[in-house]
Amino acid sequence: MSNVDAKISPYLFVAPFFVLFAAVGLFPLLYTAYVSLFDWEVGADEPGFIGLENYRTLFEDDQFWNALFNTFSIFVLSSVPQIVIAVVIAALLNANLRARTGWRMGVLLPYVASLVALTIIFGNLFGPQYGLVNDVLGIIGIDPIDWQASTFGSHVAIASMVNWRWTGYNALIILAAMQAIPRDVYEAALVDGASALRRFFSITLPMLKPTLIFVIVTSTIGGLQIFTEPKLFEPSGGSGGGTEHQYQTVVLYLYQSAFQGLDLGYASAIAWVLFLIVIAVAGLNFFITRRAVR
Amino acid sequence: MMKRPSFTIYGILGAFVLGSAFPFYWSFLVASRDNSVLTGDFTLIPGGNFFSNAARVFDTVPFWKALGNSFVVSGTVTFSVVLLSTLAGFAFAKLRFRGRGVLFLFVVATLAVPTQLGIIPLYMAMAEFGWAGRLEAVIVPNLVTAFGVFWMRQYLLDAIPDELVEAARMDGCSLWRAFWHVALPAARPAAAMLGVFTFMQSWNDFLWPLVVLNADNPTLQIALEKLQSGYYVDYSLVLAGTTLATVPVLIVFLVLGRQIVAGVMQGAVKG
Repeated sequence: MSNVDAKISPYLFVAPFFVLFAAVGLFPLLYTAYVSLFDWEVGADEPGFIGLENYRTLFEDDQFWNALFNTFSIFVLSSVPQIVIAVVIAALLNANLRARTGWRMGVLLPYVASLVALTIIFGNLFGPQYGLVNDVLGIIGIDPIDWQASTFGSHVAIASMVNWRWTGYNALIILAAMQAIPRDVYEAALVDGASALRRFFSITLPMLKPTLIFVIVTSTIGGLQIFTEPKLFEPSGGSGGGTEHQYQTVVLYLYQSAFQGLDLGYASAIAWVLFLIVIAVAGLNFFITRRAVR
Repeated sequence: MMKRPSFTIYGILGAFVLGSAFPFYWSFLVASRDNSVLTGDFTLIPGGNFFSNAARVFDTVPFWKALGNSFVVSGTVTFSVVLLSTLAGFAFAKLRFRGRGVLFLFVVATLAVPTQLGIIPLYMAMAEFGWAGRLEAVIVPNLVTAFGVFWMRQYLLDAIPDELVEAARMDGCSLWRAFWHVALPAARPAAAMLGVFTFMQSWNDFLWPLVVLNADNPTLQIALEKLQSGYYVDYSLVLAGTTLATVPVLIVFLVLGRQIVAGVMQGAVKG
């Protein structure tokens, strides 16, 4: 009995994970590739096999390239300022503050907020007519910007939601890495007369490299799949991502194709291409991090 | 003793935290007023209409049902993720079995896999099962995460001495009992952390619930979306909804904030 237990039980313990993951995670992903080879409409009786036709259409589809451009544009606008500010905030939090935990909770506040709620709130703040952002710009003499209609304006507005939500979170991750840097390195630099700024650029920043790469990669994987922000940015905005699709992202286009266009085959092709991009980015990171750590 | 930092540092951090909190306050501000006075003036003093706006939220969407649904979904998902992750994490950390290395490598490899992109076949399956519009549809696909298994395994590796599992087995304890009486109690701190983050993630989930649920039986996020997607947008109504939805989250944050901070700093969540 005991012997059977020792042989069998470990498999029984890991089985629920593998069975469920295969059923609801892996299988749907692989089946997406299968569906993408068919002309598969919602409700149609017999989906017809069309080979790579969906991909051919996709690569000639301006709306897809536009969505890919928007996704990367929003990603760049959100990740670059976000990481710079997060490093600064982390450095400040690393000082010997009073009420340390209170400050840390303060910067993490946006992270716990519901994404849907805050996207709606930001949609209001960036409203083209009576939005607070334009009102404030008006005070300092800048003409109102149509944050919804312009490509760059809408990307900035959406990126600012991402930044607002994730900067404090990333600051805490970077802070944790800063605290892991051994103190004697700093003391040696102090003895050599290095200024605080010099210590930051010559010690802190290089030592943070693996963590920064981790932060960049996780935000890339998340950023490539951005959906909620562009979906809810404009009230009653639908899934087009603006009248000219000026802020439609890839996942939003996938959603629109599948659940409004009802073209499951085509939407699957979009999903599969995005999947390959995400895997490529994750793989690239794997090699970069390995080199950085060595 | 390190010297205390200057006021400038407190000033910058203070401004950052105020900026972090401002959208919440703005939401309450708009919700407390009357839609007609919104044009152009932006005093920071709340008006007196919050409760009447909140009442209109309850009339427009099934708010309480949505709140209950969100609790049921997130609660079930959290329970399942924590239990199954601890079980698998325990086996990977402390039990010896053939194929352990390969299987665990598989878990690590799937960490970066964007399973969210499999929604189309998942949607077809839910339609097939007749689960569309029902809570099962948002619960079942989220019962396990690779991250949970990875997280619990890393924690249990050091949290339980190997001798303890051995001793339990010597005493004729089955592995299941060893899990129940040794691993589960030892896993408590990491399990609590995993629970908090899983709950938050599930609570905020939007894309998949939007695909499979409908306006009659929504989660909280879907109810908010329905408030906003009307033909004419009444912001004092919509932001009353977001304020109401934010209050429970803020209460949780005040109670568990310290643990959430610690969890993020230990890398408890992937982005």
